[in-house]
Amino acid sequence: MTTDEPLLRVRGLKVGFPTSDGLVKASDAIDLTIRTGETLALLGETGSGKTVLGMAILRLLQPNTRIEGEILYRGRDLLSLPEREMQKVRGREIAVVLQNSGTSFNPVLRVGDQIAEAITLHRGLKGPDAEAAAVDLLDRVRIADPARMAREYPHRFSGGMRERALIALALACNPSFLIADEPTRGLDAVTRREILSLFSEINRDRSVLFITHDIEAAATLAARVAVMYAGEIVEIGPVDAVLSSPVHPYTRGLLGSLPERGMRPIPGSAPSLIAPPAGCRFSPRCTFAVGRCEKEHPGLVEVGPGHYARCMLYD
Amino acid sequence: MIDICDLKTYYSTGFLHRTEIRAVDGVSFRIEKGETLGLVGESGCGKTTLGRSLLRLIEPTGGRVLFDGTDIMALSRKDLRRFRPRMQMIFQDAYASLNPRMRVCESIAEPLRIHGLEDRAGIDRRMRDLIERVGLNEEHLNRRPYELSGGQNQRVALARVLALEPDFIVADEPTSGLDVSVQAQILTLFRDLGREYHTACLYISHDLGVVRAMSDRVAVMLKGRVVEIGPTTDVLDHPCHSYTRRLVAASTGGEGFARPAPCPASLRLPAMIEVRSGHWVEATAR
Repeated sequence: MTTDEPLLRVRGLKVGFPTSDGLVKASDAIDLTIRTGETLALLGETGSGKTVLGMAILRLLQPNTRIEGEILYRGRDLLSLPEREMQKVRGREIAVVLQNSGTSFNPVLRVGDQIAEAITLHRGLKGPDAEAAAVDLLDRVRIADPARMAREYPHRFSGGMRERALIALALACNPSFLIADEPTRGLDAVTRREILSLFSEINRDRSVLFITHDIEAAATLAARVAVMYAGEIVEIGPVDAVLSSPVHPYTRGLLGSLPERGMRPIPGSAPSLIAPPAGCRFSPRCTFAVGRCEKEHPGLVEVGPGHYARCMLYD
Repeated sequence: MIDICDLKTYYSTGFLHRTEIRAVDGVSFRIEKGETLGLVGESGCGKTTLGRSLLRLIEPTGGRVLFDGTDIMALSRKDLRRFRPRMQMIFQDAYASLNPRMRVCESIAEPLRIHGLEDRAGIDRRMRDLIERVGLNEEHLNRRPYELSGGQNQRVALARVLALEPDFIVADEPTSGLDVSVQAQILTLFRDLGREYHTACLYISHDLGVVRAMSDRVAVMLKGRVVEIGPTTDVLDHPCHSYTRRLVAASTGGEGFARPAPCPASLRLPAMIEVRSGHWVEATAR
C-alpha cells in the first residue's frame, strides 16, 4: 500500500569525508522523500554517492565524516538521535542488505546462528525459538532445505544463496523500511532474476530504497527512480517517465550505454568530488553544454508531473 | 584458427571420499580468425574453466586444442612458453590481475621485455602508442593500480595484452564489475581493437546483452557441456535448447526462469544436430 505520507524525508543532506587532499563531497544537498510502502530506486555509477546516502540514513559512516542536513524518519531526525536510540532503529525499523554478500557474514559462525542472534537481540526470542524463527526466514527467502542450510557455514552457500540469507537477516525484525545496496551485483542472469522476484514480494508490505546500477532491476521494482551523478541527484521521477523519456543528458547517456540500447559510451569520466566543476557537474562531458552550464550550478526543475531534472536546458 | 576437440577438465575434491567434478565435459568448437565467439551460461557451468583450459592455464584432463594446426596440449612447457604471446587472456578483475607494486609503464613493458620483442627505446615508443590506443594518456604511465579506477585498470590490462599482438584472446567477463557507461567504453574499445588487429576471441559472459553486442557466434554452456552453438542473433532470437530459452527469458524479464533439472545420465555425450545453417543444438534436447 502506498500512501502519500512520507516515511522518510531527507533534507539538504551533505556528507563529506576529510582526506589529506581535501574534503571529498560524497553527497551534496540531497533532498529525497520515500512514502510508506514505496520502492525508490537510486541509480548511479560507482562513486556517485549512492551507498554513502544509504549508510548516512543508518548512521553507519565512520565517525570523522562531516554530515549536515536532516534525515527525518517518521518525523524524528535520525541525525540527532543518541546512539542507543539509533541502535533500536537499526534492524528493527530500518534494515539493510549490505553490498558484497561474501563478506557480510561472519565466516566462522553458522548462518542460522547469525540470523538467530539478530532475532534474540531485537525480538527477545531465545534458544530453540530463535533458531526456529531463523529457519522460517530462510524458508521465506526460498532457500531449499532451510533447516539443514541454517546449520551450514557461509562458505557452503553460493553467491545467490548468500544474497538470500542476507535478505533473510534483514527481514528478521520485519522492518518497515529496507535499504538494499546493489543486491544483484555479480549474480548471473538466472539468479539475478530470482532475487528480483524475491524483492518484488518483499516490497509489497514495506518501503525500500533500492540502490543499484542495474537499470532493468530499477525498472522492474521501483515506482520512482532517482539518478545520482557526482554526489547529486540529477533526475528524479516516476519510473516510466525517467527510464522511457529521460531528460537529463546524463540519464540519457547512461541508458544509451546499455548494450541493448546501442552501447554508445558517454565520453570522459566522472569528476573529482574534492573539487567538482563549478557549474553543472556533468557539463565537461555533456554534448548539449552551453556557456552557462560551466558557470551556473543548476537546481532541480520540474519537467513533468513529479519529474525533476537538474539541467539548464529546462530552466 | 582455434579448433577445440572433446576438451575435458575434471577436478577431484574431498580427502577420504574423492568426488570428481566434470567442469568441462567434452567440448568441441572452432573459432575462425578475426571471429568472436561468445560463451554464455550461469555461474558454475564451467565457462571460466573452459577459457583457462584452452590456454593451458589449467591443465585439461583430455582432448585437443589445435591452434593454427599446432596441438597446444602436446607442447612441452618450453614450447608452450614460446607460444604464449600469441594467445592471451583478459581477466574479470583487472585490479587483481595487475601487479600492485608495478607502475602502469612497468606492467605494459614487462610482456614486451619477456618475449624479447624490442629494445629499450622501442619498448618506450610502443608503450606510449599502446596507452593512447586504450584511451589513457602518458600521465597514467607512472600510476599504480590502486590509483586508477576499475575501468582504467581494465584498459591497462587490455594494453598489456595488445602489446603482444596476440592472434587469440580469451576475455573472461572483463566488464562484469564495471558500471554500464564504463562497460560501454571498454566494450566499444575492445570491439574496435579486435577488428583492427583481426584477433580471434572467446568472450565469456553471463550477460546476454553484452554477448549480443560483442560476438559473431554464441555457444551456450550447461554443466560442462556446450548445448547450443550458432550465429548470435539466430541462437538468441530462436533458441532451440530449453536451457537457452530459459537464459534468454531470464535476461529479457520473461517468464520461465526456473532452474534446469539435474542432467540425466542419458544426456551424457549427446550428439549435436544442425537446426539451421551453422546453428547446432544438442540432439536429445529438441
